Amino acid sequence: MRQIDDDFLALPLRRLADAALQRARELGAEHADFRLERIRAETLSLYDARLEGAADADDLGYAVRVVKGGTWGFAAGIDLTPEAAARVAEQAVRVAEVSAPINREPIELAPEPVHGEVTWVSSYDVDPFDVPSADKVALLADWSAGLLKGADHVSARLLQVKEQKFYADTAGTVTTQQRVRVHPVLNAMKASETGFDDMSTIAPPVGRGYEYLTGTGWDWAAELAALPELLAEKLAAPSVEAGDYDLVIHPSNLWLTIHESIGHATELDRALGYEAAYAGTSFATFDQLGELVYGSPLMNVTGDRTVEHGLATIGYDDEGVQGQSFDIVKDGVLVGYQLDRRMALMKGLGRSNGCAFADSPGHMPIQRMANVSLAAAPGGPSTEELISGVERGIYIVGDKSWSIDMQRYNFQFTGQRAYRISHGELAGQVRDFAYQATTTDFWQSMERVGGPQTYVLGGAFNCGKGQPGQVAPVSHGCPSALFRNVRILNTVQEGGK
Amino acid sequence: MTPQEMVERALELSTADGCVVLVDEESTANLRFAGNTLTTNGVARSSRLTVISIAGRGVGVVSRAAVRPEQLAAVVAAADATARDAQPAEDAGELVAGGPASASWDGPVTPTDIEVFRGFAPALGEAFASAEAGGRRLYGFAEHTLTTTFLGSSTGLRLRHDQPSGRLELNAKSADLKRSAWAGVATRDFTDVDVAALDAGLAQRLDWAKTRVDLPAGRYETLLPPTAVADLMVYLFWSAGARDALDGRSVFSKPGGGTRVGERIATLPVTLSSDPAAPGIGCAPFVTARSSSRESSVFDNGLPLSATDWIADGRLEALLQTRYSAGLSGLPVTPSVDNLIMKGPEGGRSLEEMIASTERGLLLTCLWYIRQVDPQTLLLTGLTRDGVYLVEHGEVVGEVNNFRFNESPVDLLGRLTEVGAPEQTLPREWGDYFTRAVMPPVRVPDFNMSTVSQAS
Repeated sequence: MRQIDDDFLALPLRRLADAALQRARELGAEHADFRLERIRAETLSLYDARLEGAADADDLGYAVRVVKGGTWGFAAGIDLTPEAAARVAEQAVRVAEVSAPINREPIELAPEPVHGEVTWVSSYDVDPFDVPSADKVALLADWSAGLLKGADHVSARLLQVKEQKFYADTAGTVTTQQRVRVHPVLNAMKASETGFDDMSTIAPPVGRGYEYLTGTGWDWAAELAALPELLAEKLAAPSVEAGDYDLVIHPSNLWLTIHESIGHATELDRALGYEAAYAGTSFATFDQLGELVYGSPLMNVTGDRTVEHGLATIGYDDEGVQGQSFDIVKDGVLVGYQLDRRMALMKGLGRSNGCAFADSPGHMPIQRMANVSLAAAPGGPSTEELISGVERGIYIVGDKSWSIDMQRYNFQFTGQRAYRISHGELAGQVRDFAYQATTTDFWQSMERVGGPQTYVLGGAFNCGKGQPGQVAPVSHGCPSALFRNVRILNTVQEGGK
Repeated sequence: MTPQEMVERALELSTADGCVVLVDEESTANLRFAGNTLTTNGVARSSRLTVISIAGRGVGVVSRAAVRPEQLAAVVAAADATARDAQPAEDAGELVAGGPASASWDGPVTPTDIEVFRGFAPALGEAFASAEAGGRRLYGFAEHTLTTTFLGSSTGLRLRHDQPSGRLELNAKSADLKRSAWAGVATRDFTDVDVAALDAGLAQRLDWAKTRVDLPAGRYETLLPPTAVADLMVYLFWSAGARDALDGRSVFSKPGGGTRVGERIATLPVTLSSDPAAPGIGCAPFVTARSSSRESSVFDNGLPLSATDWIADGRLEALLQTRYSAGLSGLPVTPSVDNLIMKGPEGGRSLEEMIASTERGLLLTCLWYIRQVDPQTLLLTGLTRDGVYLVEHGEVVGEVNNFRFNESPVDLLGRLTEVGAPEQTLPREWGDYFTRAVMPPVRVPDFNMSTVSQAS
């Protein structure tokens, strides 16, 4: 197991925390927590195998969050001295005082066992920041050059993040954590007499190190070798005929549908209206907990912060709650929400299931998404077997465009490629497709769920939510699955052409 | 160490062929509320040093937060070393030559803090009480940010820009959450924000929504208010990169090669422009680029920005350019500017006048979750939100269900039948990133509402 970097541990973590928490106590805060973070991110961008842009940035700072007189107060600072940390605590208390006249709901937090002093490091082999940038650029350039043999243009991008967090609260929990994640993606573009199109790799972003690019966790050689021919087939493909089809959806596309139509819809802060003015609310309102028929009886969905290589996986959340796994949809029925400590207590749900997260030291933790995943069917079918059960359908691979309404009813997604299914067999690619549905109709139409052999952990680095806006990484595992009678649009016709 | 001292010291430390140093000092304060009560709040400060070293045609960029004086040499050395090891940058060129320093260069940074809401917070509290009494619930967000950027270079640039940004988003809902209305304003300091007036306007819209009219998907004559137009035009603006157009990837690519610059794309004499000096929406008058991309180049740092027409009298006039892409395209250097202004013919009517002259049509409040479906046509999909109203015989007669739309803003420009009087507005969706916009209301004869959304 990897260790937390020495240069992070060398920062005056405990001294700053002690100064801030002590000052918050002196000023009468009922609760206070201190969080220091260093987040390093490197992005490398190539176009046609040449370096287009490189950015190596970090963020370092700390925050003090208090509950004073039943009102939140939050302040963030950057000076790494105990005196400055104490002043930030004073600012947090002052923010609570200024805000008190507009607060009508006293803040109380669900109890969490005190975990003492603990550390956690994510599962990875090679720290991507230990690899020289020139080597990474050379690898991406080599991959790009290969693709350029069958494409007009190729873009390549590698995002790498290392997140280090120190947290301490007035109850006595002290956590020090470190995790890394990487996301390589290549896009091949080509023009023909029928127009211009592109195709991206479907390799998901992962909570792994640089080993992900060198043979662990993904077969890059196979995917890159196949991409030019897939793109050529797409360029020559006919435009899809709009109508209702049975869909077989590959995990590389279905993860995003899960994210938008289940992940966000089962965030309790949305269901309670705290995101109403921005990200929106949820059709899955709290009064329907235990009753809402979300999908077919084959639908089992969990929230999880423990799965190895998951992007939302962490030892302890940003309120000191230990990472857990919990049910959200069981046998097609809504049975749980994603929580933080305040909402868990307010709604009588007991302990928080550990979904508080802040994306930077300057932002207050809010409830963010766990790795929300659809369970595979034990002994379930392969993707080919799912396709074989379709008379007239579409098979969709890879994510692309996505949009869903503010209550998570109506969505529309496209993909990297789609194939017509005729009499149980693939019958070539089609272009200009999008699928459009209402969330519960869609999940209730899920007739077959693929087996574990089809299961893939997909995800994204950049799930947005909250004001000020915050981005969070999150994974979603799922198998291939079969959905009956889903509306397919022709996007050219939608554009009025 | 002051930011100005940090710039000078970093430039002294660099041993590369050239160097650009940016220091961003940011302070922010915010209040968030839901259901007539506070939910979260905060104040924060940050400081970021970005060192861009040039060695031959190689570039090294290292950006670090909260840099202490004793760490400065290591940051500069890292950028210098990265530049020496780097592949040649495709956009490599001369750094921008220095001129006179900004007049404000030597002044201190004055951060914002929670006190910016000293007058606003009590007014918001009164609005909560009024809403509670009126059976409404208020949701929203108030944020004030002050960002000061210092830019220095080995070629003698010493530029500074202070950018205050503020916004209030106010969303009123009926107690059963079935009816919703939204208003947003951009502000520099919150002294000009009238919460009570905004709340009153929202209360009127919630009253409109008491009569419900269900309509199916289809194409409707539609009035888009300035905020909705802003969200569509900002997307168009972001999609107007010259390199993508040259490579045949965008709606601004000419079939067979080249760009559509010079081509008429709007039937009416519409102008879409940016201007760093535009009153009320002023922004940085020089380029700041912390890394190179398809639409920005670190070599352009400090390049003066001026008023730029992207579309003039309905014709595509310019695309987002770096000096490098301008060389490729043979077009003028027209870098991105951080505001956007759309105007139609002189004498455009107000939205209220446009409603009064509508026989039958839809009036939107705003658009949401806008995403690209097809870059070749810039087909976008998204949702209506916070109030779609049916207008008949010049009056609002009720609220209609929400819709998912599929439309291209470029195609829309060719179909507009009326462009109203422009006003400053806050883009509903892109307000997190783009707050400085002046937009008109517009009339579209056949807006494509692709399907009904059950969301309220």
